[in-house]
Amino acid sequence: MSPDMLFSLLSKALWQTLQMVVAAGLIGSLIGLPIGVFLATSGKGELFPAPVSNRIIGAIVNAARSTPFIILVVAIIPFTRLVTGTSIGTYAAIVPLTVATIPFVARLAEAAIREVDKGLIEAARAMGATPLQIVFKVLLAEAKPGLTLALTLTLVSLVGYSAMVGAVGGGGLGDLGIRYGYQRFMPDVMLAVVVVLIVVVQAIQSAGDALARRFDKRNRKT
Amino acid sequence: MTFPNAAVRTEPHPVATATPMVAFEAVTKRFGDAGDQNQFTALDGVDLSVARGAITGIIGRSGAGKSTLIRLVNGLEKATSGRVVVDGVEVGGLSETGLRDLRREIGMIFQHFNLLSSRTAFDNVALPLEIAGLDRAAIRAKVAPLLDLVGLGDKSDRYPAELSGGQKQRIGIARALATSPKLLLSDEATSALDPETTQSILALLKRINAELGLTVLLITHEMEVVKTIASDVAVIDRGRIVEAGRTFDVFTGAKHETTRSLLSAALGTNLPDWIRSNLKPQPSAGDRVLVRLIFFGATAFQPLTARLVTELGADVNILAGTIEEIAGEPYGSLVVAYPADPAVTERAERFYAATGLSTEVLGYVA
Repeated sequence: MSPDMLFSLLSKALWQTLQMVVAAGLIGSLIGLPIGVFLATSGKGELFPAPVSNRIIGAIVNAARSTPFIILVVAIIPFTRLVTGTSIGTYAAIVPLTVATIPFVARLAEAAIREVDKGLIEAARAMGATPLQIVFKVLLAEAKPGLTLALTLTLVSLVGYSAMVGAVGGGGLGDLGIRYGYQRFMPDVMLAVVVVLIVVVQAIQSAGDALARRFDKRNRKT
Repeated sequence: MTFPNAAVRTEPHPVATATPMVAFEAVTKRFGDAGDQNQFTALDGVDLSVARGAITGIIGRSGAGKSTLIRLVNGLEKATSGRVVVDGVEVGGLSETGLRDLRREIGMIFQHFNLLSSRTAFDNVALPLEIAGLDRAAIRAKVAPLLDLVGLGDKSDRYPAELSGGQKQRIGIARALATSPKLLLSDEATSALDPETTQSILALLKRINAELGLTVLLITHEMEVVKTIASDVAVIDRGRIVEAGRTFDVFTGAKHETTRSLLSAALGTNLPDWIRSNLKPQPSAGDRVLVRLIFFGATAFQPLTARLVTELGADVNILAGTIEEIAGEPYGSLVVAYPADPAVTERAERFYAATGLSTEVLGYVA
C-alpha cells in the first residue's frame, strides 16, 4: 500500500475514533457522573438515603457492565435506530459506546467519591451545609483528582471499545486494523494502526495524569 | 489584636449564672434497632448543663459516649429519648432547615482537623461563609482577620498538606469561628497533637473564650486538657455522667472510680508499681500505713508536712508527691507512710481534723 493511501486511511480512521471516543466519553460521563454521585451518597445513613433505589440502580449498573460490549452493540440496535435513525456508521456506533460508558463512569466515580474522608462530610454538615452543597463544595471538589483519573481510564477504555464497533460499520482505527491488516493480510497497516493507537492512548493517559496531579493538593511540600 | 467577631455581638457577655447554653435532659441514645441484639446504648439518661461563657470539658475513656454526646448538640446525632436544648431551642424538634440555621451558630473543631485538601487555608475558612451564602467581598472581609486571630495571616494561600498539625488546627479554629458562633464544640481537638502544640492550641481556645465570650464545650480523654482550660468538667463513663461540677472541686474531691483513675495518670499520683503490688487492705502487726495527703486551698501553702512529722513522733517516709495547677488553683498530693500503730494513727487523725487536710488511706505495707 502506498504511504499516501495509508495516511489517508489512517487519518480518516483516527478522526472516526476520536469522534466516537470524545462523543461517547462526554455524553457517557455527563450521565454516568450523576449516577456515580447518587450511588456514593444514597446508601443507608448517607446524604440522600435511598437504599432501595441505590440497590436497584447498582444492580442495573452491574448488569450493564457484565454484558459483553459486542453483545450490547447488537442488542440495543433498535434503540440506536430510534436515537440516530440508523444502525450503521460512526454516529450509530456512538450510541452503544455511550450506553457502555455510563455504568463504567458511574462505578469509577462512585469509588472516587467514596474515597473522600467522611470527616469532611461531617465537618460540612456541622457548618450547616445542605446535602447539595456537600456534593458540590466537598465531595466533587475533593474527589477531583480521582475523578480526573477515572475519566482518563474511561477514555482509554473507549479507544479499545471503539475497535469493536466495526461490527456495525462504525469505522475507526480498530476497524481499519481488522479489515486491512487481518482480513486482507496487510501487516504494515496493522502495525501502523497499533502505533497510532499507542500514541493516542499514551496522549490521553499523560494528559489525564498531568491534570490529576495539578488538581491534587494532598502531597504538597513546603 | 482585634476580634472581627466581637463587633457583631450586640448583647453583653453572658454570665455563667444565666440559663445554660446547652442542657441535656435525661438524654438516651441507642444505636441499632430496638430488639436487635447488636443494639448499643451510647448514652443512658444523661443530665448535664453547660454554662454560658464557660469552658466545659467532658472527659471519659474511648467508647464512653463523649463523641455521641457532643454530636447531639448540633444534631449530627439524634437523641433516642430526652431533650437537648441549645440556647433555649430544643434540637430534636428542629426541621432540617432549622437545624442548618442552628449549626451556623455552632462552630466545631475536630481531632483530625477535617480541612478540605483541595482548598487553601483562606478558602477553608471561607467555606462556612460560602455555605451561608455570603458574597466574595463579605467573605474576604471576614476571613483575613480570622487568619490573623489564629496567627496564620501569612499562610493564607497554603494548602493543608503544607501546614503542620498545629497550624491545621488553627485553620480549623478560624473556620469554626467564621460564622461568629455562640458555641464552639471541640471534638478531641488536641488529641492528634504533640504536648507543646496542644498547649498552644489550648491557650488559643482560652483566649478566644475570654475575649469573644464564646462558650466552649470540649470532649477529651486527656485530663491534662481539662485541667488546663476547663472551668467546669463532667466525667462520663459507659454512657452515664458519673461526676460533674467545677473542675477544681471534681478533681480534688474525686469520688468515682473513673475520675480517680483518669486523675491519677494526669496528676502523677500513681504509686510506683513495687509499692502498689505489695499493698494490703488490712494491717498486721508492725506494718506501715500509706496515706495520701491532699493539699489545696488554704492547706496548699502551709508547712504541714514538717508539722506532721513532729505531731506523729514517728518516722514518716515520703513515697510520691506532686504539685499541680488545676483550673488555675494549686493542688498538691503527697503519699506518706508511717507505722500503723493505733497510737500514731490516732494522733494523725487528730492532726488532719485540726488542719483540714484531706486524706485517703491507700493500704498497708510490711
